[in-house]
Amino acid sequence: MRSNFVFQEIWVGLRRNLTMTVALVVVVAISLSLLGTGLLFVKQVDRTRTYWQSQVEISVYLCYKGDINPTCHGAITAAQLSSIEATLNGMPNDVQKVTYVSQQQAFTLFKSAMSNEQSLVSTVTPSELPPSLEIKLVNPSADYNIVSTAVQGAPGVDSVIDEMTILEKFYSLLNGLRNAVVVVALILVVAAILLVANTIRLSAFNRRRETGIMRLVGASNFYIQLPFLLEGVIAGLAGWVIAAALLIGVKSLLLNNLQQYFSYNVGLSAGDLIEVIVLAMVIGVALCGVTAFVTLRRYLRV
Amino acid sequence: MIEFQNVTKVYPNQNRAALENVDLTVNKGEFVFLVGPSGSGKSSFLRLILREERPNDGRILVAGNDLARLTNWKVPALRRKIGCVFQDFRLLPSKTVEQNVGFALEVIGKPRRFIKRVVPEVLDLVGLEGKHDRMPDQLSGGEQQRVAMARAFVNRPMILLADEPTGNIDPATSIGIMKVLDRINRTGTTVVMATHDAAIVDSMRKRVIELEYGKVVRDQNRGIYGQAY
Repeated sequence: MRSNFVFQEIWVGLRRNLTMTVALVVVVAISLSLLGTGLLFVKQVDRTRTYWQSQVEISVYLCYKGDINPTCHGAITAAQLSSIEATLNGMPNDVQKVTYVSQQQAFTLFKSAMSNEQSLVSTVTPSELPPSLEIKLVNPSADYNIVSTAVQGAPGVDSVIDEMTILEKFYSLLNGLRNAVVVVALILVVAAILLVANTIRLSAFNRRRETGIMRLVGASNFYIQLPFLLEGVIAGLAGWVIAAALLIGVKSLLLNNLQQYFSYNVGLSAGDLIEVIVLAMVIGVALCGVTAFVTLRRYLRV
Repeated sequence: MIEFQNVTKVYPNQNRAALENVDLTVNKGEFVFLVGPSGSGKSSFLRLILREERPNDGRILVAGNDLARLTNWKVPALRRKIGCVFQDFRLLPSKTVEQNVGFALEVIGKPRRFIKRVVPEVLDLVGLEGKHDRMPDQLSGGEQQRVAMARAFVNRPMILLADEPTGNIDPATSIGIMKVLDRINRTGTTVVMATHDAAIVDSMRKRVIELEYGKVVRDQNRGIYGQAY
């Protein structure tokens, strides 16, 4: 095997149809980066969902002194509180755990959650925050209605808020965005496959004299096809390098910016990014290599 | 060296056979002219030897290989034993004379040192001394055909197939080409040459196989081209 001969052939091939090669690299780069972005979105959504599901799922806000809600008549009494707790504790199939959060505790949580927003923290005092019962459900999606109707409107209850219903809207937005990205990426992958096939075919046609002579003098199939195959793979790798740069940009600009709107640490790590980039490389190289191989079997027969 | 046993070749969508019941043997070191009008099956004969085509019927033996039994991946090994020269030279216009000949060795994985040594020898053998660094378009037709012959012979094949090698060359230059082919033949290489050139066939007085409509109509030692053409 004469490696420098093979590389010389690849170089000639890539240079001879430069425009096709550039088009190929660009399409591979865009499709891989969109695919990667889709994967990053999937990871991000999963990450935040897991985070939230481990957190409180229903908050029962209780009346407190100075509450402006008309259903409240002053702060909740001890009897009202124990009656609500009894109701909740009487549903062991649905309720996993009930925790009472006092106004002072609520303020501490608020401070740590909003640590990025010191200006907001400084305007709030513990007496302005409602005490609450934080309910952890056995099965969040099925039990929400049962539990929330059980305590809704009970004396001393200000409001019942399921954080999941708020988040679901956000998730469906993210999911829709991710699906759109993946669909566009898949269309581009198809375009990339067709472009690889066409580029290799053009390249084989451009060098039909060479390959004809190679066949006649008894060069092996492997030797004849390898330069074309590597040509496809190298274009794929070049596209991947650009895609990797774009993905790093997506992660550091878009997702990290998005992250600022949540005061929770559910961001993607460098490890997640590397995983996606490596996956993109495998997809890119496999896509180009396999397409080139199949094309060559059709156009460069012995 | 080459043995055809009742070989018939019919191309798809053709009523007439390109070769019909061809049965002949070419011995090692022989020089054979293949003559006959266009479409008589000369090219099919050569393509069958190279295993570019496979016969519909009969058996072909080339350099000890039964071509029907040869697997696809062994075809390159067969072709390394066969050199080929064509009417249209088939040189690579972007490579020099030396690179064109070296290419044939390069693509079968020969080491660079070997190529550097062997290529100039062969170029001298075909009479291209001092033209190693020319580009094909700087050479005359006869010289280009010499390059093609050097490329066909550089790997010392057992068989040299020539498909109308003098078809694009004037008679005076053709004599030189035939001298090179004769020289290659004298090294022990079997030469099969398809041609329309009566003067050459008549002057060489070698074995002549005449094909007509795919059939062998004459097989004559020390033959001439024939009257009909």
